[in-house]
Order: sequence, then C-alpha cells, then structure tokens
Amino acid sequence: MISINEVIETNEMIQKMNLDVRTITMGISLLDCVGADLKETCQKIYDKITTSAKDLVSTGQDISKKYGVPIVHKRISVTPIALVGGSVCKTEDDFVEIAKTLDAAATTCGVNFIGGYSALVSKGMTKADELLIRSIPKALATTNKVCSSVNAGSTKTGINMDAVKLIGEIILEAAELTKEADSIGCAKFVVFCNAPDDNPFMAGAFHGVTEADRIINVGVSGPGVVKAAIETVRGENFEVLCETIKKTAFKITRVGQLVAKEASERLGVPFGIIDLSLAPTPAVGDSVGEILEEIGLEFAGAPGTTAALAMLNDQVKKGGVMASSYVGGLSGAFIPVSEDQRMIDAVSAGALTLEKLEAMTCVCSVGLDMIAIPGDTKATTISGIIADEMALGMINQKTTAVRIIPVIGKGVGETVEFGGLLGYAPIMPVNQFSCDAFINRGGRIPAPIHSFKN
Amino acid sequence: MKKTIITVLGKDKVGIIAKVCNYLAQNNINILDIAQTIVDGYFNMMMVVSTENASKDHAMIADELTDIGKEIGVQIKAQQEEIFDMMHRL
Repeated sequence: MISINEVIETNEMIQKMNLDVRTITMGISLLDCVGADLKETCQKIYDKITTSAKDLVSTGQDISKKYGVPIVHKRISVTPIALVGGSVCKTEDDFVEIAKTLDAAATTCGVNFIGGYSALVSKGMTKADELLIRSIPKALATTNKVCSSVNAGSTKTGINMDAVKLIGEIILEAAELTKEADSIGCAKFVVFCNAPDDNPFMAGAFHGVTEADRIINVGVSGPGVVKAAIETVRGENFEVLCETIKKTAFKITRVGQLVAKEASERLGVPFGIIDLSLAPTPAVGDSVGEILEEIGLEFAGAPGTTAALAMLNDQVKKGGVMASSYVGGLSGAFIPVSEDQRMIDAVSAGALTLEKLEAMTCVCSVGLDMIAIPGDTKATTISGIIADEMALGMINQKTTAVRIIPVIGKGVGETVEFGGLLGYAPIMPVNQFSCDAFINRGGRIPAPIHSFKN
Repeated sequence: MKKTIITVLGKDKVGIIAKVCNYLAQNNINILDIAQTIVDGYFNMMMVVSTENASKDHAMIADELTDIGKEIGVQIKAQQEEIFDMMHRL
C-alpha cells in the first residue's frame, strides 16, 4: 500500500515544484494525403488531422483530472510538408496554402501548436524542399499555430551549406515579416542537425517518415523537482548529487510513462516514446539555470557550467531510461534563454554569452534556443552561427539546433517580449567579424570520419 | 480493484474528516484506509477509497471534493492510485 509520505511527496512535486507532463503530441503521417491537385491535398490533410486528433485535447484533460497532474500542451506533428506537397505545390504560395490548412486543422482540434512544416535536406534539396524553405517566412507570418523546421545536416551526410546559407536569409526575412510582433515568426522555426523523427517538443516536432501512421509521443518536464531534490544534498560530493538527480529523473519519467500509456490506449493510437527533457518555463522555480546555480555556480555561464550541464544531462538520461519502455526525442536538459528566468538573469548579469551557450550545447540535449540578437545582424552571420552549431552535432553524433531571433528594430541592451511560455529576452551581442566568404562558398561539408576520435 | 487516493491539505480544524466522510457515504464510496500527519504545521490526510460502486464518475467526484475543500478552507484532491504506484514502486 502506498504510504502517506509518498503521496505527499508526489503532490508536492506537482503543486510546489511545477512537475507536469509538458506535452502529449500526436504524430500523424500525411503521406497518404497527396491528392491530384493542391485543393484535394489540402482537404485530405485537413480531414486526416481533424479525424485522427479530434479527441486529443479532451483525452489529455481527462487523464490530467484522473491523476491530478497537469498536462500543459496537446500538440500535433505531421510528416514534413516538403514531402507531402512535393507533387502538387508549384510555387511558394502553394506551400503557404498547406500551412494555412494545418493552422485551420490545429484550431479545429484545439491544440496550441502543429509542427511539421519542414524539409529534410541534410545532403541536398529537391525543388520542393527549396520552395518550402523559401515559403517559411510567409507561412509563419500568416499562421498562428504552425511550427517549422529544417534538418540541414547529419553525422551520416555532413552539412548542406547551401541550405545553411539560404536559412540565414530566410530567418531574417521571417523576422522582417513579423517585425510588428518583435519578429516572433523566428520563434516558430528551428534548424537542426541530426533531427529526431519522434520529437514531441515544439518548434522542432515533425512526424518522421520512419514512423507508423499515427503515434503518441509524450514530453515530460520538471526542472523544479530536480532543483528541489538537489537542495537537500547541498555540499555533498558528486556521487551523492548524481544519485539524487537520477532518482528524481526516474520519478518524473514514470509519470510521463503512465500518461503516455493511458493516452495511447484511450485514443487507440500506438505509444511511441517518452521524451524525458528538463524543459524550463519562465515561471519561477521551473528553471534549468536555477539547477546549475544549485549545483554550485554563481550564474549559468560561470566556469564549470559546461561540466555541470554535461553531468546533469547524463544523469537525467540515466534515471529516465529505466522508467520508460521507450525513450526518444531530444531527452535531456533544454537551455533556452528567453524561456528560463535564471538564464535571462545570467545574460543580463553578463555571465552568459553566445559563445558560452555554444559550448554548453555540446553537452545539452538541443542547442542555441530562443536567443534574441540584433535585427541588423547579417544573414551570413546567422548562417555562420548555424553552421557552427551543425558542426557540433555532426561531429559529436548528437542532435543540435538553432532557434535564433534577429529582432528587427532592436539592438544590444534592449529587451524583447514574446509573451506566454516564450518569455522575454535581452538582446545578445553577436561577434561582428565577417564570415561572408565562408558562407558564400556554397556546396556541402562532407560527412565526418568515424574513427580517430581525438 | 481500482483505488482512489483522496488527500486533504490545510489548517487543522473540527469536522474536516466528518465532512469528507459524509460525502463519500452519500455517494457509496467505501473507505479502505485513512492516515494523517502534520507536515510544516499543515494537516495532511490521505484516504484510500474504492469507487467501484460509486454513484458518480471520477471527474465529478474530484470536482465535488475540491468544492467541499473550498467551503471549509482546505485543499482536497482525488487521484487514481496508479500515479503514486508508478512513481514509488518498481
């Protein structure tokens, strides 16, 4: 029989430490939605999404009530649209029509984001891939719920530098088209190296072609729970610290496993994976930066930060893997700037720079995330930042990503307010030296050698 | 048998258990176990109940218990047992 202390512990995690299931994301394959023309394709897409996910939101609410644990988001990911629209989209505007269809389907289902306005171009771009990428700024500016991503490199293929160059320009264009809203379009776009097929977290979620027709993926979170747990072992050595993080990650992930199994059964859709990530929000006590401070750093960004983050990320995985039958997605600690109050504070205090964040992304689960930079940053400079991040992923055989927001009309020292879960961010300075000639070379960087690992 | 855990958290006062038990009896919910403790000066009570023959579904019971809690100034939650089992038992 469960003891009262165990019940109290669980409920304190939920009430005081912000333990939640961050998202139930239904992946839906749209490969069978290609019609004879654009209109028929859009209709099939709308019908398949709204039929498949019609009970997603209500099921999430029911499960939340049953176990008394918040399930924050219900979301949908779909097959990369460049693959679905390839045969019927002849112009950028044709692709934007599909984006609008996705937006409408998301609204009908009641989900807050739909991901998969994506292209997989790690080695080369088809005509359709390029059209889709060029349509991204308009698609993001004319829709509210559509999230977009591009996989521009991988360990097996190298880095598509033509795509990286194009994406630098596209990010600036997306910023320009949404400049009235602090360039928020860019917050809904992420560029990956080694993108996972089953990531439930936005903006990078898409339903990979290796997946089943429909799938339920669940993202759990709980930086506040980890922070509270390690408060109890302040001053203890690393062995004690690591054991504490592992045990906590195990408990958090078990809740995700329970919710995922139940959602899968109720919806009649197979269970895919649990993504056991520490995903912070701007709420106080829901911060990865705060964990790093509790581990012993004055601010995130101080010397030792990369080691602390590497340890944290690894222990979260070790604890979580045993708690779930299938683990996938991104799984680890996210280090977004604008979505994490203590990371914002670290930037404002001058402790955390773009370069240090880049180093941290070598050992965290994703990459440069929700970073605001001056709106007058050159496209080639943005491409250079992306190329650096892609290289880290390619060489280290891990997922890396960039979600960067050049805020049009704002410069270093100013602050940008995205609102809600996206938070706010101080604009960070960018290295002003040019990489024009490097980016303008074009072509691709070959796949790395998989031996001589030094 | 599916079990539900009802927890009450708040300042101790006369009649909390009576109020909750009355509600459970009215809705044909059987109490299997009761435990209570004080944490940081707050009254914590846990009831393990069986809702097998209950006259209402879980969502309604949870909502009505929350409302009763608001009436008497305590926090009442009803959760299915599995969440605690999953977290604390292998």
